[in-house]
Amino acid sequence: MASIVTADSGSSNRFYFWIAAAALVVFAYFAWTKLFGLAPVNICTGAIIPLLGGITRSLNETAGINIIYLYEPFECQRMLNGMGTTIYLSFVCVIASTIIGVLGAWAQMSNSKILRNIAAGYIQFFRNTPPLVQMYFFFFALSPLLPRIMTDYGVARPMFDSFTWAAISLSFFAGAFNVEIFRSGIEAVPRTMTEAAEALGYTRPQVFRNVVLPLALRVCIPSLTNNLVNLVKTTTLAFAISVPETLFVANQIWSDRVNVFEMMVTLFVFYIGLVAVLVWMMERWEKAMRIPGYGR
Amino acid sequence: MKHGFKIFGVIGFAACMLTGIAVAGTIEDIKKKGTLVVGTKADYPPYGMLDSTGKIVGMEPDMAADVAKRLGVKLELVPTVASNRMQFLQQGKIDLMISTMSVNDERKKAVGIIEPYYYAGGVAILVNKAANVKSAADLKGKPVCAIQGAFYNNRIQSEFTGQDLVAFKGVPENEAALLGGQCVGFVYDDVLLIYKKTADGEKWKDYDVVALKEFDPVPWGLAVKLEDKDTEWGKFMAATTAEWLKSGTLLALEKKWLGQNTEWLINASK
Repeated sequence: MASIVTADSGSSNRFYFWIAAAALVVFAYFAWTKLFGLAPVNICTGAIIPLLGGITRSLNETAGINIIYLYEPFECQRMLNGMGTTIYLSFVCVIASTIIGVLGAWAQMSNSKILRNIAAGYIQFFRNTPPLVQMYFFFFALSPLLPRIMTDYGVARPMFDSFTWAAISLSFFAGAFNVEIFRSGIEAVPRTMTEAAEALGYTRPQVFRNVVLPLALRVCIPSLTNNLVNLVKTTTLAFAISVPETLFVANQIWSDRVNVFEMMVTLFVFYIGLVAVLVWMMERWEKAMRIPGYGR
Repeated sequence: MKHGFKIFGVIGFAACMLTGIAVAGTIEDIKKKGTLVVGTKADYPPYGMLDSTGKIVGMEPDMAADVAKRLGVKLELVPTVASNRMQFLQQGKIDLMISTMSVNDERKKAVGIIEPYYYAGGVAILVNKAANVKSAADLKGKPVCAIQGAFYNNRIQSEFTGQDLVAFKGVPENEAALLGGQCVGFVYDDVLLIYKKTADGEKWKDYDVVALKEFDPVPWGLAVKLEDKDTEWGKFMAATTAEWLKSGTLLALEKKWLGQNTEWLINASK
């Protein structure tokens, strides 16, 4: 059963290929560092410090501008790990929350009353509570109740660490908004489209997958972009449950070195860059998905 | 004419400053007031805390009471926190500050820190007995809880654990994470951990307080106004502190409030 969306496939296929390839590389790099602890290539001692170390060190000595993570290996490594954790957390949450959004929207329009109620309850719970409170709740209240795993140093640890809880909490939080965003897209698809597909013999899941979702997606990309941008920025809250992400590490560095200004500027530049990449990708996606004559 | 007024103003101001310095804070002034005003902590058990009636009690209030007794005046305690204790002294709101203040070079320039130092805080870890930690070297590869921004965090991570700390803003979060198993131990000021363990033995029965000897204790100093340091008042406090150490008064007070004696104080009292 062919999808009705086949127009303009040349440029969009190329776009998907490059996005998928880039995502795979980023994911592989961070999965590697998370699983094996060490980065395959040491960017700090191998590239950053030889290139920028001299300049930044003398900048500190002459002008008092202390960008310490560009010349000191320990700080460099932990800053890089922090940024890596932020990117990895954002990546996991963007993917997971989008999947949750689609599944939730599907559940919302399903025939089963139970499914619809579960979806509604989920949205109420996760959309109507602050993400910081959720994280605290999961990490401090829920985590101790779950089974523990023995470690090699003799102390049983909870099943999930702070990173996992942050990923779960943020994915479900953003996912709740995504459900509503996808619903708004789905409801924008004219009823006649569904009827036409049903008349052609499509089953309900087929209608959803091949007709409603592709059209709905195009309607809701702008608000989806909004929510995902928000999600990436909200990853900083993981700081509160000790996830060593960028803000956490920056705070550790400025507490030790009293270079608050430099670290604040770093944070700004980093997040502006990170969100810019996400927005650029979403805009490219929007363009690649455009069907001439539909919508705009 | 305008300039004339300005100069008068400056001279007048300087005169006020000078007389202020000359009069306030001296022993005669305190005796004339009949009251010694001492700034202590009210939220740092067992050194300065509130009892059930709201009175400030603890080891440092006891020291302050002894000073008042020696001067033959009444005692008034003023609760201070780290961010206002030196200012209170500079403004003359308090005559003496005994407020768990660690000594460093910047503080020496701001207030008159009295030597000998009366106490010292080291670094310790409240650690799960199962983890078998005897020193900082045993922390390698283990998750450790800490307060965000504490001065020893960097060294713990770079020299000992080799991984990111499980750091939180406050003590309660760290306790919850420790009891919840997110880390093997909580690195913090040794005296507070000892007190915690003594005060709440049942809760911490599976945990030990292990001193991290790799970190040198940072001495605490009591302080008078900077200008008073070399006057009669400063000298009186220096002599009193030396006498407290020599006579074992501080050891007795520490035993009373903390339940045990710390190594630094035992050595300083010899």
